[in-house]
Amino acid sequence: MATTSAEYIQHHLQNLTFGKLPAGYQRADGSIVEETTWTLARTSSEAADMGFMAFHVDTLGWSIFMGLIFIGLFRFVASRATVYTPSGLQNFVEIVVEFVQGIVKDTFHGRNPLIAPLALTIFVWIFLMNSLKWIPVDYIPGLGMALGLDYFKIVPTTDPNATFGMSIAVFALIIYYSIKIKGVGGFTKELTLTPFNHWALIPFNLFLEVLGLLTKPLSLALRLFGNMYAGEVVFILIALLPFYVQWALNVPWAIFHILVIPLQAFIFMVLTVVYLSAAHEDHH
Amino acid sequence: MNINLTLFGQTIAFAIFVWFTMKFVWPPVTRAMQERQKKIAEGLDAAGRAQRDLSLAQEKAAQTLRETKEQSAQILEQANKSATLIVEEAKEQARSEGERLIAAAKAEIEQEMNRARDQLRAQVAALAIKGAEQILESEVDSAAHSELVNKLASQL
Repeated sequence: MATTSAEYIQHHLQNLTFGKLPAGYQRADGSIVEETTWTLARTSSEAADMGFMAFHVDTLGWSIFMGLIFIGLFRFVASRATVYTPSGLQNFVEIVVEFVQGIVKDTFHGRNPLIAPLALTIFVWIFLMNSLKWIPVDYIPGLGMALGLDYFKIVPTTDPNATFGMSIAVFALIIYYSIKIKGVGGFTKELTLTPFNHWALIPFNLFLEVLGLLTKPLSLALRLFGNMYAGEVVFILIALLPFYVQWALNVPWAIFHILVIPLQAFIFMVLTVVYLSAAHEDHH
Repeated sequence: MNINLTLFGQTIAFAIFVWFTMKFVWPPVTRAMQERQKKIAEGLDAAGRAQRDLSLAQEKAAQTLRETKEQSAQILEQANKSATLIVEEAKEQARSEGERLIAAAKAEIEQEMNRARDQLRAQVAALAIKGAEQILESEVDSAAHSELVNKLASQL
């Protein structure tokens, strides 16, 4: 098992992977897979060899779990909401909803009943997923160890699969509303005749606009992933220090994440709203 | 992976972090929530008070209106009453004035009549004396007979 620092870090950054191993594959313990099987990867190289045909069970599980917490909590409060002075949980949920509503109202000028709930979901969900970083890095993997799971990475947003999953969904919405609001012709015109309205510059415009369009989901996903992943790596590095000095670095870093975690969730939400607002505007 | 003192170190750090959050992060958050709650409660309170005030004011306005109507009706009635009274009085006055005028005229007429009668009487007396003088062809001593003549005149 992992003993060196490099192995420790690598271990903590490996997702629990369930994927397909081809027939004849030699596993880490030397055994040969007789036929194509779906199984949990025992090592990082096994996980890598599974290629595209694999799931990150921990990412899926924790993101769904956090999503359920969000839905359950807000649904619970919404079903019991009163018109009288809100107290406790309802007060808190109202603050969050009002906050998101304010952002959407300021940023989004179109008319679309989807945007505010979408923004709320993105904000709270990402916040909850990010907040798993506050849990010490060895707790859940240690528990997984005890249960016989070799790997366990609990923060879904440190997995690009999760962040790209969300940003591609946002991208699909951008395309959908661009076409819905502006029409196929309008959208094509926007892609080909801006910023330079001249037929000779259509290829140049197309290149520019498509690049700009593709940058949106890319920047959304990579920003969130990069921040969370880097923060996680630092937490793991701190965990390599002698146990009696860890707190000196771990505590400030965790406190810093009181800022980072909501901020990243907020940025993802605001940019989503801004992108969708641009998709609704026929300003060219 | 080994379970070792690292876990211990993380637990220490986690405990300190939780303490920090409880001490410095949680209070402002809860304070903000309480403030919001208070503000909402005050707002609801004010709204309720305003509604109560409104209904009270409406009631008061309605009552004032009712009172005013009653008063005006009263005033109108009084005015009518005093108007008839004045008319009655005027009629009464006119009648008595007329009676008075009639009585005065009657009295004057009587007086005039009496005066005329007296004059006539005196003239008749003078005429009688003149006639008698001529009949007697002597002068009646008007001084000596005036008593007689006057007695005659008064008998006319």
